[in-house]
Amino acid sequence: MAELADGIFNGISTGSVLLLAALGLSIAFGLMGVINMAHGELMMLGAYTTYVVQNIFKGMGAQWFEVYIFFALIAAFMVTALMGFILERGVIKFLYGRPLETLLATWGVSLILQQFVRSVSWGLVIGIATFCLLFFGGWGITSFRPNWDKIKTWFLVVMFPLSVGIAIALSAVLGNIFKLAITKPWFGAQNVDVSSPLWLRGGTTIGTLQMPYTRLFIIALTITCVIGIYLFLQRSPWGLRMRAVTQNRTMSACLGIPTQKVDSLTFALSSGLAGIAGCALSFLGSVGPNTGQNYIVDTFMVVVVGGVGKLVGSIVAALALGTTNYLIGSGAIASLVKPITPLYDFFTFFATTSMAKVMLFALIVVFLQYKPAGMFPQKGRSVEL
Amino acid sequence: MGIDRRKFLVYGSASLGTAMLLKACGTETPTATTPPTPEASAGTIKVGILHSLSGTMAISEKSVVDAEQLAIEEINKSGGVLGKQIEAIVEDGASDWPTFAEKATKLIDQDKVVTVFGCWTSSSRKAVLPVFESKKHMLWYPVQYEGQECSNYVFYTGAAPNQQIEPSVDWLLENKGKDFFLVGSDYVFPRTANTIIKAQLEAKGGKVVGEDYLPLGNVEVTPIISKIKQALPNGGVIYNTLNGDSNVAFFKQLQGAGMTAEKYPSMSVSIAEEEVKAIGVDFLKGHYASWNYFQTVELPASVKFVEAFKAKYGADRVVNDPMEAAYVAVYFWKAAVEKAGTADDLEAVRKSALGLTFDAPGGMYTLENNHHLAKFVRLGQVRDDGLFDIIFESKAAVPPIPWNQFVAETKGFSCDWSDPAKGGKFKA
Repeated sequence: MAELADGIFNGISTGSVLLLAALGLSIAFGLMGVINMAHGELMMLGAYTTYVVQNIFKGMGAQWFEVYIFFALIAAFMVTALMGFILERGVIKFLYGRPLETLLATWGVSLILQQFVRSVSWGLVIGIATFCLLFFGGWGITSFRPNWDKIKTWFLVVMFPLSVGIAIALSAVLGNIFKLAITKPWFGAQNVDVSSPLWLRGGTTIGTLQMPYTRLFIIALTITCVIGIYLFLQRSPWGLRMRAVTQNRTMSACLGIPTQKVDSLTFALSSGLAGIAGCALSFLGSVGPNTGQNYIVDTFMVVVVGGVGKLVGSIVAALALGTTNYLIGSGAIASLVKPITPLYDFFTFFATTSMAKVMLFALIVVFLQYKPAGMFPQKGRSVEL
Repeated sequence: MGIDRRKFLVYGSASLGTAMLLKACGTETPTATTPPTPEASAGTIKVGILHSLSGTMAISEKSVVDAEQLAIEEINKSGGVLGKQIEAIVEDGASDWPTFAEKATKLIDQDKVVTVFGCWTSSSRKAVLPVFESKKHMLWYPVQYEGQECSNYVFYTGAAPNQQIEPSVDWLLENKGKDFFLVGSDYVFPRTANTIIKAQLEAKGGKVVGEDYLPLGNVEVTPIISKIKQALPNGGVIYNTLNGDSNVAFFKQLQGAGMTAEKYPSMSVSIAEEEVKAIGVDFLKGHYASWNYFQTVELPASVKFVEAFKAKYGADRVVNDPMEAAYVAVYFWKAAVEKAGTADDLEAVRKSALGLTFDAPGGMYTLENNHHLAKFVRLGQVRDDGLFDIIFESKAAVPPIPWNQFVAETKGFSCDWSDPAKGGKFKA
């Protein structure tokens, strides 16, 4: 009995981590068909936002530190949603309907983001800001000229290298004057430390069942997010528009739905959820430039097994995968079949974390042979398109 | 639209030129203020630095590069080597093993460096080993590793297993209990290390109650924690060879599960000052680590090293064992070159390196005939400020044993490069 409760709780808690990480992806992938390889890096940005918020609140005193996590969740959502918005406007917009290019482009973005957090410093930020100010500011001003179309190419040829040069020169000069204050990376290549407030440390015990508070918090947060998304998609006007665009983009456009705005909003929402996940998971795992990569495979696994385009699919898949992974990895199945020696030996062999993963992937491969579209495949005519 | 290719080229290069000029103005300021050193004009000695500056391993390897550059800068300031300045050429191995081999070839063939300081993971070292052996070149490897290697073309300045793992297991057996749970990342170092630990425990009356491996980068450790609890319901020793991000998840969730350092003391071999900072002191307080050097070593050379490092890279930076080993490597190379009187004749440098001693931050080190360093073994316990309280220190420098004596295949073998007849692996 105790073991059963233990298995169920740990399974759910493993599953909710998977689900939280995969929620945003299941929206981007499911509703928009965008394979966003940078999803993990958006989570990482969320985690870094948490780190920054934590440090700000640490300076404000102990009682503020206890509640920083709620502000961090909001801040992480905002930052990553904004980043997602920029990403959609700047990159993904041009690649709709070309999954392979989207995959490569977002993968490139993920590498850029990783290296960005490693090397971001005041010098770099000043450089980028100067470039944006000169180039896009100049673009804005000159585009009012009546002969804009004619001078557009000229503008690009002259202004681009010029603003790049000025930006690099400026940050180099500042770096030489102020030395470390400017050139020292904010975060560096090392992992940074995010510690949870005191009330999230430790855990509570019911019988023999040990429940860490962070796990309970993540389960609660996941449930809140799922309900929130459900209400948003089903009850709000923008949710209605999103679902309409998913079902039939052309018809929605004909009926006056601003599909481009819907796209941006959907992607921003998906990215914002990644930020929330990044914030919450920073209490369980590491926060570093590679944090995102640790989750990306698992999140895709959840979305693919669950079935593309169905939120309920992701939920069921995450819980199923989490529980299976825990039961195999912890040796619970092995001890269940202890009387049958060959079975026992078989499951004991797989009862290490890395072998459990092997078995889980094998099971997924077999499962996808029978149900290639996942647990809850999309039905209807749009699927054939 | 009036822009053809010629005009494009003219205006494009004009504006690019302007940009370059601005950039040049920007960077010229400092070089103008520092007068050119006379040694620089007399020619330089080129050395290579080959570490991952991007990718997974950048986390650890970046600071090793910092330490190596600090040593080079110090040597240059005090007059260089053989009257020449050292010029370091830094290459990025990008955490990708074939890239390491490629860049090693580039450093040797194209840049004509006289030696290379580099690598962190055993996989990267194994990848560049054929390059250094075929070109009869020289690599200084600064990280603790699993042993079972002794190349004539590599100097190992990190710990051999008998200088890190074995003493810590002995100490645990004496002070913390006989039941061990082994946790490690799933690759060559932890698996080899655990083989050694198991053999040692068997020989000395300890017991392995469980063993688990996490894939590199995995952060879901719930199953492991359940298993530790089942295997050690009343507490016991955790021997931790996890590497990288998994460590963070492991210690955070260990605390969440209510397993304290008093009841479940853990000994880690991959957690040093930098990692403590990244994982969070709160999660690690009271746990143990085994190294040759900690920042808290109070020898004069150590104080000087820490001060110089902080002055160059910022007061909030810390130093750790691999950084110290990398720093020491540069000085050993310098001493060997000066003793040989040449930097280019690698065979002579190799010969004269054997038997050298150096007053390192971690104590007086000797470069033994098996290309490893005799160093002190230290055990530390994480304290409130994230540094280590040194709770154990070997009385004398421990001579390195690269071929493991607990593993049947290598039992009885040793390595001696001072005698060409013996070489890298011979039956003693």
